[in-house]
Amino acid sequence: MGPIVPIFEISTELNFLIAFIIGIGFGFALEQAGFSSSRKLAGMFYGYDTTVLKVFFTAAIVAMIGLVFFNYFELIDMSIIYVNEYFVNSAIIGGVIMGVGFIVGGFCPGTSVCAAAIGKIDAMAYLGGSLIGIFAFGETYPLWKDIYMKNYLGGVKLSTTLGISDGLMVFGVIAMAVMMFWIGEWAEKKFRRPDITNEL
Amino acid sequence: MSHHNYITGKSKYMNPYLAGVILGLVLLLSFYLTGRGLGASGAMKSVVVTAVETVSHEKADASGFYHKYIADGKNPMSSWLVFEILGVMVGGFLSGALSGRLKLKNEHSPNITGRRRIIFAVIGGALFGFGSQFGRGCTSGAALSGMATLSLAGFVTMVAIFGTAYLFAYFFRKNWI
Repeated sequence: MGPIVPIFEISTELNFLIAFIIGIGFGFALEQAGFSSSRKLAGMFYGYDTTVLKVFFTAAIVAMIGLVFFNYFELIDMSIIYVNEYFVNSAIIGGVIMGVGFIVGGFCPGTSVCAAAIGKIDAMAYLGGSLIGIFAFGETYPLWKDIYMKNYLGGVKLSTTLGISDGLMVFGVIAMAVMMFWIGEWAEKKFRRPDITNEL
Repeated sequence: MSHHNYITGKSKYMNPYLAGVILGLVLLLSFYLTGRGLGASGAMKSVVVTAVETVSHEKADASGFYHKYIADGKNPMSSWLVFEILGVMVGGFLSGALSGRLKLKNEHSPNITGRRRIIFAVIGGALFGFGSQFGRGCTSGAALSGMATLSLAGFVTMVAIFGTAYLFAYFFRKNWI
């Protein structure tokens, strides 16, 4: 029964090796999808390339469905799976700042590492910038501390908030994702920019 | 420019839905093995904490933000996400090598100079880095992994990131299209 590492008390060294191997899969999938190109990532926000939408939501629903089935067949103990803690204010403010950073910088942290690994100089600059940003937060932390800690709701699930089962929630997300895939495919035709996409 | 993709044999990049399935399986494997999802900004935080601690241990120890990562002689680099990100570098490099995409290149729209692209990349990175600490995780750790566990925080962060990027896309269009 999973998760293996906490249940079988796997050593830290082996756990780090697992992290490294999972990271290889993560980086490989991101690069194969084209997340190593800032103009491909940015295409999502102008419609000419919606790869981000397709990859992101496909990955999310595959993992979601997997977890629901693992739980159903008692292959995993969901009570020790980490569910992100929800601090209402900081999640929204942080997300908004990240959104601006995304359209200005053209990457998110994970994709910038992957792009830097294949030699993208803009990604290396972005990585340097992100270290500056994290340092800036660390240095100004006392200013944000109150709002950072405000309205803590714990590791609450969307399904619980809506009062529906996890299975129904996953079904709803899949239905929404399929609709968005359809819109994405439509947008790529409507806003097509062969001058950009042929270069990527 | 005709790069041959040795994996799919056809298009340059993998089919996005197939790549999404693979990414989803990697994420699921991460949950099954370790009980946690993927991440990225956490590893960068480890780098920053290490740098601050190296320069001034007292300062890092006294800070409300850095302290918890170095308390009791902990090494901030001895973290799951640091090793995972090292793997991302290797995986990205291998994929780029297999698909003939290893090349030093500053990618930018022909409408802007390479210098402008670099400046915007640094500013964007700084904003994202700052926001990732404010929001307790980035697109991987908060949005993607968060959504996989149906966490409300994950959905909220995802909508905030992508929604804001759409809202601001018009103002930065010259940089991209």
